[in-house]
Amino acid sequence: MDHPGFPATRLSVIERIRDANPEARREAFGDLVEGYWKPLYKYLRITWRLDSEDARDLTQAFFADAFQKSWLERFEPGKARFRTFVRMCADRFAMNARQSAGRLKRGGGAQTVSLDFDGAEREVLALHRSGQPEPEEFFHQEFVRSLFEKTVEELRSEYAASGRAVHFTLFEKYDLVPVEGVSYAQLAREFNLTPTQVTNYLAQVRRRFRERALSTLSGLCGSEQEFRREARELFGVEI
Amino acid sequence: MTGLSDAAVSRLKKVGNWPEFPTGRYSALQEIGRGGMGTIYLARDEELGREVAIKIPNALASSVMDRRLHSEARALASLEHPGIVPIHDAGRLADGRIFYVMKRVEGRTLDDHLQQVTDIGERLRVFERLCDPVAFAHARGIVHRDLKPENVMVGAFGEVMVMDWGLATNLSEQSDTGSVIGTRGFMAPEQARGEPIDERADVYALGAILFLLLTDVPPSSGRDTASALAQRQVPRALKAICAKALAPDPQTRYRSVKALGEDVARYRAGSAVEAHRETFVEKVARVGRAYRTAILLVLGYIIMRTLVALLAGW
Repeated sequence: MDHPGFPATRLSVIERIRDANPEARREAFGDLVEGYWKPLYKYLRITWRLDSEDARDLTQAFFADAFQKSWLERFEPGKARFRTFVRMCADRFAMNARQSAGRLKRGGGAQTVSLDFDGAEREVLALHRSGQPEPEEFFHQEFVRSLFEKTVEELRSEYAASGRAVHFTLFEKYDLVPVEGVSYAQLAREFNLTPTQVTNYLAQVRRRFRERALSTLSGLCGSEQEFRREARELFGVEI
Repeated sequence: MTGLSDAAVSRLKKVGNWPEFPTGRYSALQEIGRGGMGTIYLARDEELGREVAIKIPNALASSVMDRRLHSEARALASLEHPGIVPIHDAGRLADGRIFYVMKRVEGRTLDDHLQQVTDIGERLRVFERLCDPVAFAHARGIVHRDLKPENVMVGAFGEVMVMDWGLATNLSEQSDTGSVIGTRGFMAPEQARGEPIDERADVYALGAILFLLLTDVPPSSGRDTASALAQRQVPRALKAICAKALAPDPQTRYRSVKALGEDVARYRAGSAVEAHRETFVEKVARVGRAYRTAILLVLGYIIMRTLVALLAGW
C-alpha cells in the first residue's frame, strides 16, 4: 500500500557512530552534533547557569571529547533514551569541568566546530522563563525546537530550489508566524490562488515537514523502538 | 533564522499530523478523542455545511491498522440503528491513510453521565437502551469486543449510542484469535485468554458495565465480582442479573444480549427476572412494590367501607 507521508527512516545514531568506516562514523557524528549542539548549549546556559563563553567552550569540548574517546557509543538502548543519555553525559562532563577548575575551559584542546553560537545566544536571551526549568523537559523542548528549525530551513531551500517558494511562504504565513485571524481565503486573495490551492499547497508542505522531521529524528535516536516512541510523542503518529 | 517561538513549535507539532483531505471537502477543526488505534477529529463538511466527526488511524503506514479501520467503517455501514453512530463517507488522506466520516454525536460518555446521574432507575434505563444496538449488531453477526463506559455516549435527550467499533469482528470471519484485544475489567475471560469468542463476550462486557452502574466501582479483572456485589445494597434480582452476565463460563451466562436486556426490562417493570428464583416472601414484596398504588387504593376503599358500615351500625 502506497503511503506518501511515510518518512524515509535512517539507521539509529548509535548504529551509525559505531560504523567501522571512519568516514561514515565522522559523518554520523556530524549529524549528531548538528542535532544536539544547540539544545546542549542552551541547556548549559540555562540549567548550569554558565556564561555564554563557558557554555560555548564546553559544548565544543563535549562533542570533541565524545568523538575522540567514543563514550557516546557506550549507550545501551534498554536503559534510557539516547537524548537523556546525551544530557546525562553532558551533566557529568560539566561537573568534571567545574571540578577540574576550568581545565576544559576555553576549548581544552578540543577541535573547534563551526556552530552558530551567536544565534543560539540570541535565542537564550529571548527565553522568558520564571524559575529554573526541569532539566529533562527543558533539554527535550530545545531538542525539538532545534529539530524543527533545521527542518524548516531544509524545507525553505527545497521549495525555493524547486521553484515553489509560494508553497513555503504560505506555510510561513499560516503555520510558522501566523497573523491573528488569517484565513485560507485571505491567503488565496493575497497570492492570487484559489482557497483549494491554498489548502493543497499547505497540506503538501506540512506533510513534507513531517516526513523530513521524522527522517532526521530517526537518525538522532538510539534505537528504532526509541524512534517510534519519539514519533508518537512528537506528532501522535505510529510508525 | 532566529529560533522558533514556543507557539510555533506547538503549532508545528499539531500541523505535522493534521489531517489533510485531498478533495477539500472536509476541514479538521479539533481533535476530540484519541485511542490506541485512531484519533477522532471534529471537522466541517464544507459541501453540506455541517459538523461531522472523522476517524483517522494513528499509524502512518500500517496496513493492519488501515485494514482494521476499513473493516470498522464497513461494519458501521452495515449497522443502521439509532443506537449506532451512522457513517457518511470514507476515503484516503493526502498522506495515504484511510479515514471515515461519521455523524457528530453530542453528549457525554457513560463515565461522565454516571458522575451526574445517581438514580438507579435512570441508570437502568440507559443500560436497557444500551443493550438494543448491541443485540442488533449481534443479529447481523457482529460482536463489538470493546464495550466499556468510554465507548458509550448518552445524548442530551437521553439517547444512547455505542461508539468505537474498531475492535468489532464479524463472527463468520473471526481471524484474530490468539491475540488479546479488549479492555481489562470489561473483557470476558475467554477473550482475555485469546480464545474464540461469540456474542457472550459482549454479554460479559455489558455485565461489567451493569456492575459499575450498580456499585460505582469499576470491575477489575481477577476480583470476585459476585462477592463484591453481595456486599452492596443492591436488590437481589439485580445482583443475580449482574452475576449471570458476569459468569466466568460463557455457558452459564445469558445466551444473548437480548436476553440480558429483557431481564433488566423485567426488573424495571416489576416482574420476576430470569436470573433469580425468588422466594414466596420476595414475590409478595415485589408484587407489593409493583402494585403499591392499586393495593393502597383497594385497602383505602375497604377501610372506608368498613368505617361507613361501623358508623351506620352505631
